[in-house]
Amino acid sequence: MQGFLELLTQYNVLAAFWMTIRLTLVSAVGALVIGTVVAVMRVSPIPALRAFAGAYVTLVRNTPLTLLVTFCVLGLYLFMNIALLPRSVGGPTQLFVWAVVALSVYHATFVAEGIRSGINTVPPGQAEAARAIGMTFTQSLGNIVLPQAMRGAIAPLGNTLIALTKNTTVVSAVGVAESSYLMKNMIEFSPQFLFSIFFLMALGFVILTLPVGVFFSWATTRLAVDR
Amino acid sequence: MSSPAASVLFDVPGPRGRLRNRIIGVVGTLIILAGLGGLVWGLRDQLTADKWAPFLRADTWINYFVPGLINTVQAAAIAVVSASVLGLLLSLGRMSFNRPLRWVSTVFIEFFRAVPVLMMMLFIYYLFIFAPFFSGLFPGPLVQLKPLIAVILGLTFYNSAVIAELLRSGVNSLPRGQTEAGLGIGLSIGQTRRLILLPQAVRAMLPALVSQLVVILKDSALGYIISYPELLRSSQTLASRWSNSIASFLVAAALFIIINWLLTRLAGALESRTRARQAGGVVRIDTVNIEERADGPDVPLRK
Repeated sequence: MQGFLELLTQYNVLAAFWMTIRLTLVSAVGALVIGTVVAVMRVSPIPALRAFAGAYVTLVRNTPLTLLVTFCVLGLYLFMNIALLPRSVGGPTQLFVWAVVALSVYHATFVAEGIRSGINTVPPGQAEAARAIGMTFTQSLGNIVLPQAMRGAIAPLGNTLIALTKNTTVVSAVGVAESSYLMKNMIEFSPQFLFSIFFLMALGFVILTLPVGVFFSWATTRLAVDR
Repeated sequence: MSSPAASVLFDVPGPRGRLRNRIIGVVGTLIILAGLGGLVWGLRDQLTADKWAPFLRADTWINYFVPGLINTVQAAAIAVVSASVLGLLLSLGRMSFNRPLRWVSTVFIEFFRAVPVLMMMLFIYYLFIFAPFFSGLFPGPLVQLKPLIAVILGLTFYNSAVIAELLRSGVNSLPRGQTEAGLGIGLSIGQTRRLILLPQAVRAMLPALVSQLVVILKDSALGYIISYPELLRSSQTLASRWSNSIASFLVAAALFIIINWLLTRLAGALESRTRARQAGGVVRIDTVNIEERADGPDVPLRK
């Protein structure tokens, strides 16, 4: 026990989880933006955009996240030396940005599908009424359908956020110093505390995901459209 | 995909609408093509013929891609079977009338769902390396099985929790009459569950199980991190030989996409077949509060 506490003073567990949280939040915003655009494209009256959005979802959703992350960081950043930020920015930040890109692109497909299932919860009468009073596609989608769809999509979006929180561990494959990367280091240097380290880290994820789950199931009932 | 005429979101466009849609379509296509073109331009050094020539050689496939594919499929196949068995046990425990058993199963399910698959995998892998007892389970040449077993167990624990929830919601989705009929002919509640409800629940969740196989197959790529020679790892081993990292990534991605797309199609076919024959309908993965939904490619817009 004494040794384990000493171990905790050597490794900054909180900083690692702070990295996990930052990865989650920034990627969540990215995934929400890309996912909404893709979902709108998928229901738009323009066949070319529909086809592109459909292809995006099918291709990305069937690709392992590990492959996307390694492709972005090992392939594009390290092998091809393509940087998203100016060269003056340090390596860890460049890594972080590429990791966020991979996470956002992957989870955007789940966001898009979630919003689409939200659109399915909106009764056809709503869109028909909007068209009947002369609204265009953009007006009816933006003012009538999407606001209700977003409220219907809260449950799948919450699930995606929880999945994203857990999936940020994948970026340890390319050396981003988040929680599972720290766990790996801690175990490799102090294998005698294998169990304690794992349960500490697992507990961290329970603490991160449990309130999110509770909040989203509360929000789902609270914000449900009364029909 | 619903045809434009069937969509409730917009009218069938008139002449001006058609023109406008065509203009937006052309402009949108150009923007997308420009983006893709920029990507191809950025990767132009990697898209030359000599980077792709290795994929025409037989030894590339015999030594790298085929063994990688076999390892990926093998880990996923074993994991889906063991996850099904453990999932069945956990769902029985969670629905049992024995309170401690129910609590233990619930805690296990919630814990397995909360812990990232990668962390579980890393923990089991290090357990095999550092814990004397577990390390002793792999004497002599069996030592090379460590990454495979760690991948399988990591996938099993998470997915057994998912499958347990699928089964439970399958039982709950059955009409009440099924239970009442079972009790009515004098079966005990346990017998009713075992003989009447569970068999139907298993059939109702088969399509969802095939969709879950897509998630398992994708997650088996996490084995890359604990140096299990699956498809992604072997594609990168190949890349270090020919220095064609980008091309190898793209080929590996194509293989993953083809397999998963076929599995998704299979799940869709199973679902429409099952739906015709079930009392309680089909369990869809998105109804069970599962994070990663891998259901059919198209959720059709309601007519």
